[in-house]
Amino acid sequence: MSTKKALEENKNYKYGFETHLETSDFGFGLDETVIKKISNFKKEPKWLLDYRLRAFEYWKTLSEPTWAHVKYPKIDFQAVKYFSAPKSETEPKKSLDEVDPELLKTFDRLGIPLQEQKRISGVAVDVVFDSVSVGTTHQKELEKYGVVFCSFSEAVEKYPELIKKYLGTVVPYKDNFYAALNAAVFSDGSFAYIPEGVKCPLDLSTYFRINAKDTGQFERTLVIADKGASVNYLEGCTAPMRDENQLHAAVVELVTLEDAEIEYSTVQNWYPGSKEGKGGIYNFVTKRGKCLGARSKISWTQVEAGSAITWKYPSCLLVGAQSEGAFYSVAMTHDKMQADTGTKMIHVGPGTKSTIISKGISANQSVNTYRGQVKFMKTAKGARNYSQCDSMLVGDESSANTHPGIELLNNDVVIEHEASTTRLSEEQLFFLQSRGMDAEQAISLLVNGFCKDVFKTLPLEFSVEAVKLIEMKLENSVG
Amino acid sequence: MNLLEVKNLRAKIGNKEILKGLDLSIKPGETHIIMGPNGSGKSSLSKVLAGHPQFDEVSGEVLFESSFAMKNLFDWEAHERAHQGLFIAYQYPIEIPGISNRSFLEETLKAQCLAQGVDAPVGDEFDALIRNLSKHVGLTDDFLDRGLNQGFSGGEKKRNEMLQLLLLKPRLAILDETDSGLDVDAIKLISQAIQTYKTENPESSLIIITHYTKLIELVKPDQIHILANGKIEKSGGYEIADMIEKKGFNYSEVGK
Repeated sequence: MSTKKALEENKNYKYGFETHLETSDFGFGLDETVIKKISNFKKEPKWLLDYRLRAFEYWKTLSEPTWAHVKYPKIDFQAVKYFSAPKSETEPKKSLDEVDPELLKTFDRLGIPLQEQKRISGVAVDVVFDSVSVGTTHQKELEKYGVVFCSFSEAVEKYPELIKKYLGTVVPYKDNFYAALNAAVFSDGSFAYIPEGVKCPLDLSTYFRINAKDTGQFERTLVIADKGASVNYLEGCTAPMRDENQLHAAVVELVTLEDAEIEYSTVQNWYPGSKEGKGGIYNFVTKRGKCLGARSKISWTQVEAGSAITWKYPSCLLVGAQSEGAFYSVAMTHDKMQADTGTKMIHVGPGTKSTIISKGISANQSVNTYRGQVKFMKTAKGARNYSQCDSMLVGDESSANTHPGIELLNNDVVIEHEASTTRLSEEQLFFLQSRGMDAEQAISLLVNGFCKDVFKTLPLEFSVEAVKLIEMKLENSVG
Repeated sequence: MNLLEVKNLRAKIGNKEILKGLDLSIKPGETHIIMGPNGSGKSSLSKVLAGHPQFDEVSGEVLFESSFAMKNLFDWEAHERAHQGLFIAYQYPIEIPGISNRSFLEETLKAQCLAQGVDAPVGDEFDALIRNLSKHVGLTDDFLDRGLNQGFSGGEKKRNEMLQLLLLKPRLAILDETDSGLDVDAIKLISQAIQTYKTENPESSLIIITHYTKLIELVKPDQIHILANGKIEKSGGYEIADMIEKKGFNYSEVGK
């Protein structure tokens, strides 16, 4: 990319910088040796390596899913690096004070200060840089409440029983192509356990940063809320601007026991590629929560604002009686971006309830698809679902698709579905401007109006950031 | 001093010239009527003045009084023209689902108050104000909580425009065929709103674009203009309305 063009695009994507560090990686391509190296690097127990290898064997029998409404050249999985870490992170260290200053600077610049005195209060953060977790803040404070919050690798070492018990129980490696790939090569991610009856005193948060060239990020997150526990979990992510596409294939598993509650929010802002559609992240993610206990709740809120391609369906398995699942989503695509995103709500237990509110905004030549599946099993007597899928088109070259699906194995259920498509037009903007609002205020009002049902489910700081992000992207697309 | 001076105004969409050298002046407190056949450029005039982006070429001069000096209207962006006190009641008010009528009205008033450096009424104060005005134009409270103009009938949309007129108290209001498609009772309501606006804002001026002579009897204008073929063809008093009533717009053709 030429410097001038890079500067131009930088205005639109201020997280597009690259950190120059000495890195270690295991080279291109994937075979058993690479998986063994990853496992060995993390000093994993044998059962976990075996799990990875089983997943790898299975993955080799699969082919990439093609049913999504997205187009891209075939990925050469041997041209990807499956592990990359800053050299400094390959040495053992005791505390965040020992983190490479260059890394600290990077996260400062991303607005995630890690140093004790600069930290954001009220939020504990785990930061993942390429394939490794750099550090986790507020751990001591959380320990007082018995809350475990650490990198996945640390959890494997310290809490193997919990990992053994829950890993792959929500998203088995046989679930899909990318879940299998992730199970084989996952590097780092976050782990959280909220013990019985504890309302997590801080919001927990993971920030994912892809930095190294040609590298995929395959993180794994597992959050468990024990009986009566509750937690807010926030997730953010960014990557440098590059002309090549990069793969991000994560798996997130959530488990709630009786009366527990997890609210999981994501602001996804991976590099979306240039205006012409060059580069950007392929965001192929499997996220699922299992409401195992009665009356437990899992809610997904996602703001999808980045990535060249998003393929993602945060879902809920509603097993416990009267458990509740929710999916609130704003997916914004612009220029050549493509998103095929939505949710699955699988009602198993009696009296289970799910809510789906999806807002898709597509601008320029982008393609934005909502895909949903609501399934009521025989046992889900008296279950109910409410779905609302709204699309907003900006300009006349973008497109929106909606594929809601409902599957009924019993008739004792209540289903409500609403859908709409609107067009954000020059006329609407002009009307608001001619009533005294400047372009920024007008767009803000339009976006907020369209997305308010989703934004109001985000924690306040996140909501402010999300609104700004979407507004900025829309301004660039409209004006 | 005039409030508005339009001199030799021309506007094009593509190669088509829509306004072809239009002249018009209006003093503070005056009410002017503009009549004319379909396609004569009436709606384009209000859109050009408001700063609508659909025109490819605009020339001529439009001056607007601001702090006792005539300023070039085209130096201001659309929202700044609104801040200066220009208001258009649109012929086809746009629907914006998702934004409630209430929050639209609140944001609009806030933006204009901010520009004028005065405090905008908020909370209960705003609620009371807006409820009172709604009643005045014959809209019930539940309209406030619906999407902006969403599912409103033609008449309800026009009343909503009048509500905005009364709320924003502009210095120059252009009503673009506000009376078209309305029944007699609705026209009466609109004309009452116009009267209220004139009484409460005696220094403000009105340009009423209309096809019908009905409204003329109700608002008692200072001048009546015939707009045809992209310019003002004739200006005068009630006699013009009489002529049109009797002979239709061919009158102006005859007059040439």
